[in-house]
Amino acid sequence: MDRKLERILPKVQKPARYVGGEYGQIIKDKNDVALRMALCFPDVYEIGMSNTGMRILYQTLNDIPGVWCERVFAPWFDMDRKMREEKLPLWALESGDPLGEFDALGFSIGYEMAYTTVLEMLDLAGIPLLSRDRESLIPLVFAGGSACCNPEPMADYFDLFVIGEGESLDGEVLELLRRARDQGWTKERFLHQAAQIPGVYVPSLYKPEWKEDGTLLAVRPLPGAPERVTKRIVEDFENSCFPVRAIVPSTEIVHDRVGLELFRGCIRGCRFCQAGYIYRPVRNRSVEKLLEQGRQALEFSGYQEITLLSLSSSDYQSLPALCDGLLEYCEPRGIGLSLPSLRADNFSMDIMQRVQKVRRSGLTFAPEAGTQRLRDVINKNVTEEDLLRSCAVAFRGGWNGVKLYFMLGLPTETDEDVLGIAELADRVVHCWRENAPNRARGLRVTVSTSCFVPKPHTPFQWEGQVTREEYLRRVTLLRENMKARAVTYNWHDPETSFTEAVLSRGDRRIGPLLRDIWEQGGYLESWSEGFSMARWEQAAARTGVDLEFYANRARALDEVLPWDRIDMGVRREHLIREREQSRQGVLSPDCRAACTGCGAAALLRGGRCDG
Amino acid sequence: MDRIRLLYECTGRSAWSSHLDTMRTLQRALHRASVPVRYSEGFNPHALISVLLPLSVGTESLCQLADVRLRGDVDLAALPGTLNAVLPEGLRVQRCYENGAKPGELKWLRVKGTWEYGGGDMAAAAEALAGRFRDTPVQVTRRTKRGEGTLVLSDHLRDLTFSPRTDSVAVEAVISAAEPVINPEWIADAVAQNWPELRPEGTRFCRQELYREDMSVFR
Repeated sequence: MDRKLERILPKVQKPARYVGGEYGQIIKDKNDVALRMALCFPDVYEIGMSNTGMRILYQTLNDIPGVWCERVFAPWFDMDRKMREEKLPLWALESGDPLGEFDALGFSIGYEMAYTTVLEMLDLAGIPLLSRDRESLIPLVFAGGSACCNPEPMADYFDLFVIGEGESLDGEVLELLRRARDQGWTKERFLHQAAQIPGVYVPSLYKPEWKEDGTLLAVRPLPGAPERVTKRIVEDFENSCFPVRAIVPSTEIVHDRVGLELFRGCIRGCRFCQAGYIYRPVRNRSVEKLLEQGRQALEFSGYQEITLLSLSSSDYQSLPALCDGLLEYCEPRGIGLSLPSLRADNFSMDIMQRVQKVRRSGLTFAPEAGTQRLRDVINKNVTEEDLLRSCAVAFRGGWNGVKLYFMLGLPTETDEDVLGIAELADRVVHCWRENAPNRARGLRVTVSTSCFVPKPHTPFQWEGQVTREEYLRRVTLLRENMKARAVTYNWHDPETSFTEAVLSRGDRRIGPLLRDIWEQGGYLESWSEGFSMARWEQAAARTGVDLEFYANRARALDEVLPWDRIDMGVRREHLIREREQSRQGVLSPDCRAACTGCGAAALLRGGRCDG
Repeated sequence: MDRIRLLYECTGRSAWSSHLDTMRTLQRALHRASVPVRYSEGFNPHALISVLLPLSVGTESLCQLADVRLRGDVDLAALPGTLNAVLPEGLRVQRCYENGAKPGELKWLRVKGTWEYGGGDMAAAAEALAGRFRDTPVQVTRRTKRGEGTLVLSDHLRDLTFSPRTDSVAVEAVISAAEPVINPEWIADAVAQNWPELRPEGTRFCRQELYREDMSVFR
């Protein structure tokens, strides 16, 4: 271990974040590998190590002969300061080597608030921030992850983006990079060639032009660049990589358990939900495969908890059989099984009784909106009766606490919808009174609201976000009407939702804004310690960026959008149709009830999804 | 078999994990090795494992002891090898045995440390340090859960030596491991508080051996 690092470690919080050496890490001889890749996660260790995508990519990339993929996370503020004081460049955990020694740096970006952390990590590694300032091919700096479905805000910084599921694509990029490096290609030649790989977006090959009113005139592809970049997906999800031998961290992380991925995509079609649209089409794993993977992962890791991962676990058709199979293994070994992402409409006593056999976890539902009208607008497909029936089942089963998540500022929301949240919370309290077998234990209903952020590639991508002032007015209205003593109301601050809205639908002019924010000390901005609205406002004033233009402005349907060159599989006409349906409060069926023809099935050979 | 004791090392990268993290790591390794660990019988059952003298973050040890309650028999001779195959770098089990000494019999701990100085005359530094500790009762003020407290450190130290190395000073001592438990870092803290000119830039300690009151090895 570097002596400078040894001197620093006693002076920082949670030094285990920075040393590696965990059970399951992959060590290769760097002299025997053809290409070294740093898999970078722009957040701290505990968050990055909890990320399923990171686990999958780490395994997938290390399975490629000749490739050694190592992990890199952002240091917390105390470590960052010490590293700068000691001039210690950012290193990868496995080898301890600085990032400058790697052939490729691949960033996994799941949320927009991580953008400035990318800049911090590049700078800590001593690597120029702007793609155009990195003249040589090595190191290639690229990104993937769900935030990259609008790559434009970070277009100046990355050499290329991989759109869609990285496990199907990253290897092809690295193979081309290896050939290009060995044959002495220029970076320009490599990028032109890389742009021919389906799913690769090379931002320098697209030129945005703006109208006088500030909206986009076009994002023009330069010669040789594809008109549209279609996301890549794993077609054979049943047999795709699931890391049963994943690293077991030596320090506690956020999701410290085995996570079993049931399926990708979602059958539901909630109109606000980006994940529900960009991870289409639905692809399932079989119960047999999941049981085998679950057992293997538990045996390898020694974890005492396993959780089921998906966008909506209760929509997994064989869920009872899976729970029974897992519990057959888990129960005698004292291993807990938890089921997040349950929907209020099909939650059942049967499933609940199964999962609480070993350890009982919390109960959380996300009705998202307080009235049926608004739930229909967003296509949530959950009725108040569904929710109250599920709560009744839970209360009769002994639960005495429930968390309810809502959004404020959804399209067409009125004060009546806001007050509907308080009324719904009151009905949950009433339901508990009628069903709880032991009322002496009391009840805790936690209602949380966040501000709706319109996201690209959803039917609400054209909507404006409500202003911060309006969001706070609705928060106040709700707070004043939340009367029951058993109900606790938490609300998310509007500032981060506002900035997230700016970044989500930003264009290439956001790049200099991000740099300015970073230069003033902004990074790890998803943490309150790293975020400052004043810093954002000052940076916006300096760079001439009108934040409200990006966050609060509704887009016309014929407006050119920054992400129009990216095809996530769902047809634009489908998004427009869904938007119109939402205006009329008309529900769309889930994919199992009837196919709405979104277009995503065309990404699969054979064109049939598992919805 | 109801209870076994593990003698293990915690060195290198593993020394940077907290006590609770190490407990979790040990617990997971026991599961990987299919050791039939006994669980508490509460609503959220937890493995019955206890470490006799928890280690501070950053301190290494060659003599850690952990007691594990079992609900079945294990092959004690084979267990260190089985566990070492599933432990992370730096954690190594040396022995597994039954009938470990009673925790109340533990009294002394021998530690070795390396104190780094940016440069200068290490021999002079070592001599000065030895002299200071020899001549006067040495107090240290440390922050505890109950607030700030002062302790006469020299009352709980034995055989303290300082030896010069190329760019550091090697420290060795036998310190109290029970009533009170002395953290070896307090020796460096005492230097910093009483003789700031001798304050080291960096310190690392490694536990060497545990003893009873009569200085027989504690197992």
